[in-house]
Amino acid sequence: MTSTSQPWVEKYRPRNINDVAHQEEVVRTLEKALETANMPHMLFYGPPGTGKTTCALAICRQLYGPELIKSRVLELNASDERGISVVRNKIKGFASTAVGQGAPGYPSPPYKILILDEADSMTNDAQSALRRTMETYSKVTRFFILCNYISRIIEPIASRCAKFRFKPLGHEVMGDRLKFIATAEGLTLGEGCYEACSTHSGGDMRKAITLLQSAARLFGTATITGKEITAVAGAVDEDQVAQVVALCKTNQVDGANRIIESILKDGFPGLQIITQFAERVVDDEGVSDAVKGKICARIAEADKALVDGADESLQLMAIVSTACVAMKA
Amino acid sequence: MLWVDKYRPHTLDQMTTVNTDIAQHLKRLVQDGDCPHLLFYGVGGAGKKTLALAVLREIFGAAVEKVKVEGKTWKLEQGERKIEVELTTMSSNYHVEMNPSDVGTKDRYVVQEVIKDMAKSRPIDAAGQQGYKVLLLNEVDRLSKEAQHGLRRTMEKYSSACRLILICTSVSKVLDAVRSRCLPVRVAAPSVETVEKLVMDVAQKEKLVMPPELAARLALHSERNMRRCLLSMEACRVQQYPFKADQPVQLCDWEAYVTQIANEILQEQTPKRLLQVRGRFYELIVNCIPPELIIKRLVRELNRKLDVELKHETARHAAYFEHRMNEGSKAIIHMEAFVANFMAVYKKYLISSFG
Repeated sequence: MTSTSQPWVEKYRPRNINDVAHQEEVVRTLEKALETANMPHMLFYGPPGTGKTTCALAICRQLYGPELIKSRVLELNASDERGISVVRNKIKGFASTAVGQGAPGYPSPPYKILILDEADSMTNDAQSALRRTMETYSKVTRFFILCNYISRIIEPIASRCAKFRFKPLGHEVMGDRLKFIATAEGLTLGEGCYEACSTHSGGDMRKAITLLQSAARLFGTATITGKEITAVAGAVDEDQVAQVVALCKTNQVDGANRIIESILKDGFPGLQIITQFAERVVDDEGVSDAVKGKICARIAEADKALVDGADESLQLMAIVSTACVAMKA
Repeated sequence: MLWVDKYRPHTLDQMTTVNTDIAQHLKRLVQDGDCPHLLFYGVGGAGKKTLALAVLREIFGAAVEKVKVEGKTWKLEQGERKIEVELTTMSSNYHVEMNPSDVGTKDRYVVQEVIKDMAKSRPIDAAGQQGYKVLLLNEVDRLSKEAQHGLRRTMEKYSSACRLILICTSVSKVLDAVRSRCLPVRVAAPSVETVEKLVMDVAQKEKLVMPPELAARLALHSERNMRRCLLSMEACRVQQYPFKADQPVQLCDWEAYVTQIANEILQEQTPKRLLQVRGRFYELIVNCIPPELIIKRLVRELNRKLDVELKHETARHAAYFEHRMNEGSKAIIHMEAFVANFMAVYKKYLISSFG
């Protein structure tokens, strides 16, 4: 694969745990582990794009070096089959084998590492099957369990691991990294670019970098401003959303529906409209908390319905109607 | 040849009326030598497919338009089970186009097999050719979750041999993970004015005299859908030429039919009428009108004649029943439930306000 076609997310993935931004505690613990070459099972959790996979891969690389990593580390993510049979055969098979010679120049501790990425999509049965395996083979295998929601990991597994929470990245940290990438790629970042990246990504570094790359590719200009980022992010014009909220307040359903219809015709995804509408309403000082609650409840319902495959325009109409009724009363 | 096909732009340079900006950006992208995976999204008749085909042509030249249609059969072995999947594909030397959602739940096998096939048969001679093939997938939003998960890894693994162009209407139904691996391109429907201009353009090319009033009305009726607009324009031409300014623009049959249903519902709210409406729904369904479209249209027609309070109620019920319809297996039951519910609400409202 040529370097141009490689996504920047992969290209600029930190290779060293020291380079991982914004997650000081985790990095400190992992550095200790590097020195002593000893560590417990790990459970990394936190929102997407905060560096969980990066940390796990970086520490493996530093422990084993580029050659040994192939035999010592097994990475399984959600796109691999991970039912109970896989846990019984593949994982157990990998976990139970003994380790060989270490690589010179690297700590190469006498155990293997098994990375279970996106572990919250594993079934409870599969997780249960993992419990005993984790203990039995703890001499020769360490588990890294990575997930977004710790609540989806069953308690027995969670209690066997040292837990680390990864926090969403702040504006400044993200800005620094983006600046670094932009310089490396020969881009100039114009006004409002960092702000746009961090607002639209919501602390998700991967998303921010992808946005930057998409904008750079699509527009092909050397300078990228906030406007281009917003266009690529597919966000709806804030003014239009504000208009819808205003119309809802005065109970003008038809007007509000017409604007929503036109936003949909412009090709914006329904979920995006819903998200921005929700933000508007929640931030609105003039709406009482009880009313906000009612509207948010309906929005949550619509979100679920959309995931189930319901029609966008009908769901949006229902939200608008609920908002009208709630704000009027 | 229908006008829709006749005046479909074939290259990115020909897109001078609509989607001009997107076309220029895409052109630059292709000229830079590397085309990422693309995801076009937007409502029907906005030009997604046209753009995708134009991009293909930009990459591979005119040869890409020589397509052959074939029904392919894949025989797959999944553990003990043997699966046979049949799907119609359109392919040239450089690309394969298909509608994987047509095979229902087996779509994941098709998607993965095809991509692997392509990776295997990649062109050896790279001189003057791109080193990859393109797989064009329509209606990605109707792919099952499993197929999309499958795409995710396959997209990365085989990206040197195969690029994907994905087309979908509602991007909410495409997994985040898939979306973040593509360059998303939003294709907005053209504004009413643009459609109007388009009508005038086509009329000029066909050497027809087009009264501006009729053009405006055609554009308005098309609801910002180019395909629909050109089709109804052609229908008008067949109906009557020379054009008159006050010539009626034909609605689709089913739309007129739904309007009629709406009127019937508003006239009378009895079990007997409900039974009649049911019959009419069946009529629409056997004519392959998607149930979602029927409900949407019906709500719009009803809303036109309702008071504000009732509008709220109708919108909420419609959303509820449409959602249920998607989860359930028989659409007619939910459509009927919606009508019954509406009749009850409407009657109650009538009684309370007029006694």
